[in-house]
Amino acid sequence: MGKILEINGPLVKLELPQTLIGEQVRVGRMGLVGEVIGRDGDTALAQLYEDTAGLRPGEAAEGLGWPLSVELGPGLLGAIFDGVQRPLHAVRAHSGDRIARGVSVPALSREARWRFVPEAQAGRTLAGGDVLGTVQETASIRHRILVPPLLRGELLELAPEGDYTVDETIGRVKLADGRIEKLALFHRWPVRTPRPFRERDHAVAPLITGQRILDTFYPLLKGGKAAIPGPFGAGKTMLQQQIARWCNAEIVVYVGCGERGNELTDVLEFMPQLTDPHTGRPLMERTLLVANTSNMPVVAREASVYVGITLAEYFRDQGYDVVMVADSTSRWAEALREVSGRLGQMPVEEGYPAYLGSRLAAFYERAGRVETLAGDHGSVTLIGAVSPPGGDFSEPVTSHTKEIIQTFWALSKELADARHYPAVDWLESFSGYVKSAAKWWTEEVDPQWERARAAALDLLAASEELQRIVNLVGVEALSSEQRWTLESASLLKEGLLQQAATDEIDSFASPQKQFALLAALLEIHRQGLKLVKRGVPARRLIELPLLAQARRWKSQHGSDDIEALKAKIAKIPQAFEPLLEEYVTESEGG
Amino acid sequence: MKHVEFRTAASAQGGLVVMDGVPGVAAGSRVQLRDHAGRLRSGLVIRSADDAVLVEVFEGTDELDLERTWVRFLDEPFRLPLSRDILGRVFNGAGLPRDGRPPIVSADRRDINGEPLNPAARAYPREFIQTGISAIDGMNSLTRGQKLPIFSGSGLPHNRVAAQIVRQARLLGEASAEFVVVFAAFGASHADARFFQESFEESGVLNKVVMFLNLADEPVIERLLTPRAALTAAEYLAFDLDYHVLVVMTDMTAYAEALREVAVLRGDVPARKGYPGYLYSDLAEIYERAGRIKNRRGSITMIPVLSMPSDDITHPIPDLTGYITEGQIVLGRELANQGVYPPVTVLPSLSRLMKDGIGKNFTREDHPHVASQLFASYARALEVRGLAAIIGAEELSDTDRRALDFAEAFERRFIGQGEDEDRSIHETLNLAWDLLSMLPPESLIRVTEEELAKYHRGAA
Ligand SMILES: Nc1ncnc2c1ncn2[C@@H]1O[C@H](COP(=O)(O)OP(=O)(O)O)[C@@H](O)[C@H]1O
Ligand SMILES: [Mg+2]
Repeated sequence: MGKILEINGPLVKLELPQTLIGEQVRVGRMGLVGEVIGRDGDTALAQLYEDTAGLRPGEAAEGLGWPLSVELGPGLLGAIFDGVQRPLHAVRAHSGDRIARGVSVPALSREARWRFVPEAQAGRTLAGGDVLGTVQETASIRHRILVPPLLRGELLELAPEGDYTVDETIGRVKLADGRIEKLALFHRWPVRTPRPFRERDHAVAPLITGQRILDTFYPLLKGGKAAIPGPFGAGKTMLQQQIARWCNAEIVVYVGCGERGNELTDVLEFMPQLTDPHTGRPLMERTLLVANTSNMPVVAREASVYVGITLAEYFRDQGYDVVMVADSTSRWAEALREVSGRLGQMPVEEGYPAYLGSRLAAFYERAGRVETLAGDHGSVTLIGAVSPPGGDFSEPVTSHTKEIIQTFWALSKELADARHYPAVDWLESFSGYVKSAAKWWTEEVDPQWERARAAALDLLAASEELQRIVNLVGVEALSSEQRWTLESASLLKEGLLQQAATDEIDSFASPQKQFALLAALLEIHRQGLKLVKRGVPARRLIELPLLAQARRWKSQHGSDDIEALKAKIAKIPQAFEPLLEEYVTESEGG
Repeated sequence: MKHVEFRTAASAQGGLVVMDGVPGVAAGSRVQLRDHAGRLRSGLVIRSADDAVLVEVFEGTDELDLERTWVRFLDEPFRLPLSRDILGRVFNGAGLPRDGRPPIVSADRRDINGEPLNPAARAYPREFIQTGISAIDGMNSLTRGQKLPIFSGSGLPHNRVAAQIVRQARLLGEASAEFVVVFAAFGASHADARFFQESFEESGVLNKVVMFLNLADEPVIERLLTPRAALTAAEYLAFDLDYHVLVVMTDMTAYAEALREVAVLRGDVPARKGYPGYLYSDLAEIYERAGRIKNRRGSITMIPVLSMPSDDITHPIPDLTGYITEGQIVLGRELANQGVYPPVTVLPSLSRLMKDGIGKNFTREDHPHVASQLFASYARALEVRGLAAIIGAEELSDTDRRALDFAEAFERRFIGQGEDEDRSIHETLNLAWDLLSMLPPESLIRVTEEELAKYHRGAA
């Protein structure tokens, strides 16, 4: 037992010999928990996950003997945890609407019973990551009960099929040194240590989010890393919520890191009501939430992303494709900045410590598709929002992140101001995964995908150039062909790129719908271009009712109604016929 | 320890006093200092060790004669006594009466720092509040339980807009405002405070208002307490007494500046523009106290006012605020100079909760699309206006000229309205259609064809 020597904001100096950096401590009469971040002889410096007001020098302190760890086992899905994995529903039942200090509730319920179906054979040698058996946790997710990663030995016995609580012994393993280790439905893992796997595997399949500007233009792969930078109000949270709703991952870990309480409430309220478009089950069954909202203690904020990624890795190790969205990684970096400031470390840029870049990189490195210890395949896709101060992308967190990730979905204030959502800037964004995604789109959707995508991007880039000219000298300075290019680009922006999350029909677009719409709008461009080249003035083309109609197609045809969309494509040439007759036949005839 | 006074101040510098040899003092507890003339100052323990206790003194340490100063540790945080009697009262920034009436006596005394609300206990705000102001109701609607600040600049009519919202705010279908108001001013001028006081008086709601005033010439550090005291009162009214509370706070910039002052004294590492890195979390502790709670009747709707230094929305104070609040109403100098009241610059304005509180079951079925269309059409019209400034309006196409007329009419008739004009949401939406009807129907693709047929005046 040690004692408190000094309290200074969230930092406490403790007389506590023989603790390790990173070790958990419990201090004071209230039993506040924190972690050791510095040592000097017999004194330890700890930061607490909760407000320290009311603590006094002289109160007791003890080391707990382990680093910050999470409980991994049945009961995670559908839950909401705080930044150090306290279950917020249970905390509410325990201490009311406000989070009282010193509440200690286990992450996984000790009362709930789970039906365990054994798979492993007694007498066999087991290694970490092997599957002991399964628990059907929700209708769509079968929870595989894993041997804790570092364990290895002979399985002496395994419980028969039956209902067990998470901490009941379900098996015993004899280790190489003869010691016997008990197994339960759950195990613990320290959050700052990546969970081991056999080897990295090349990411192959795109993550389908149902958002055209993402999937078609700046794709992300399962196991990839992406960032969503943007000023406030540009749509980072909505985009992440859209991904959490619609993406074709099997598990979604949603980390609210230093953001609004109501946004988590929103997720908690809508997720149970929505069905997973891929399994038909309530979305909440595949989702888990980690929340350290902006009014919750900052120290736990730094921990929250590690808690999230460890939960994600745990499901990856069961062979699942997991997506983790972190909103926002900037708040995590700021929490890091506060810790380093308190330790008196030298700030390098905007108060951030020199190791900001390497910490960010190490965090994103935990994404990836892997061959698990059990020989399965699983992936963690990591999508981090970035909140640059003043919307300035050259600030440290955005610029470091940009170096690390492969897919960059840059949100633009101008687009958001005009309520063009998602406000993903088609010129600033990039994806390093286009080649791999092309293979999938070509095989699964259409061989023309890569060409169509490139044609659309060319059109958008060309129109940007033309717009600059128009802004200088007016549209009259453009040739008919150029004006048609401008019009086609505008058609693409309004009829394809714009995709309101609130549009019931268009909120999610299947890859087939995405391609059909892209092909349709490009077809309009091509048909028009043909006429312009034969002397029809762009002015007349722009007046065609087809152009206003085509802008509405996305909201008229859902992903289950592609045939109607295709029928419209077939009729596109017809819409141009009157003009063709008026101009071309006339001049050719006369 | 509560009633013992010490005279062991070892040193004082800036606003900080170091006390020697006072063991076992609780962190964050209140301190009273009595100087040689018997005057009281108050402070807070910001660091506590057995051999030295660091106290932050709100009134500063100027002219403090350490030899003759007594210090008393009150052994508890700042608390606000609460009862129903706070309605109609005026307090100072630390929660003491400043209206000459007796202090509130109550056994219910709450820590003004509050405790974070469990996100699992929140109820999502969905009830549309009609403010009677078209730029807000039509395009940036407020919902009950939302935090929606007004971003303004010096000399702009943010006080008048805030007062108009307070006067007119009501739920649809309810005859009158059923809100009680908590008004907090920090660093505000006497004139500003008087303006609000008179406005409450005129609308006869004074007995439903609680005020916390820390004016421009009053202790700066007390500003750090003022919003917290005000929100403690608001939480009590909302979640203990079931009131719907409208909290108006002005000016968050003065608050943030006070925070910076203290941070400098403490020697904290600055992040941007000298503001400490924890400004974000500190502001969030305040703003996040707005909201609704499951199974409770009351609510806290928050309208903080802040002036953007040099009208710069990327300045850390509006920037961090915008990252925390559920949108922002931005007032603009350009519109104000053209005599448009309220000068709401709609494009950078936003209400994040609007999408969940408008439409079919809340306002009118066309509302979401009309709002989106107004944004799109006005954004486009502003581009045309920019172009016209370069190439001349004569060179514009017919469509573009119609867009220009639309922009003009939109600013004058839709955004602009009287300070006493209380428009119903139907009036606002009908007006929107009047204006949208100036544009060709085929250019209005954010509204549905059915809506066009029903509401567009030119659609055949
Ligand atoms: N994809 C979208 N579809 C429809 N509306 C959107 C979309 N993205 C953003 N919005 C609107 O913009 C607002 C702000 O978006 P949000 O994601 O909260 O921004 P950020 O997280 O970048 O601050 C939302 O409340 C919503 O009204
Ligand atoms: Mg956000």
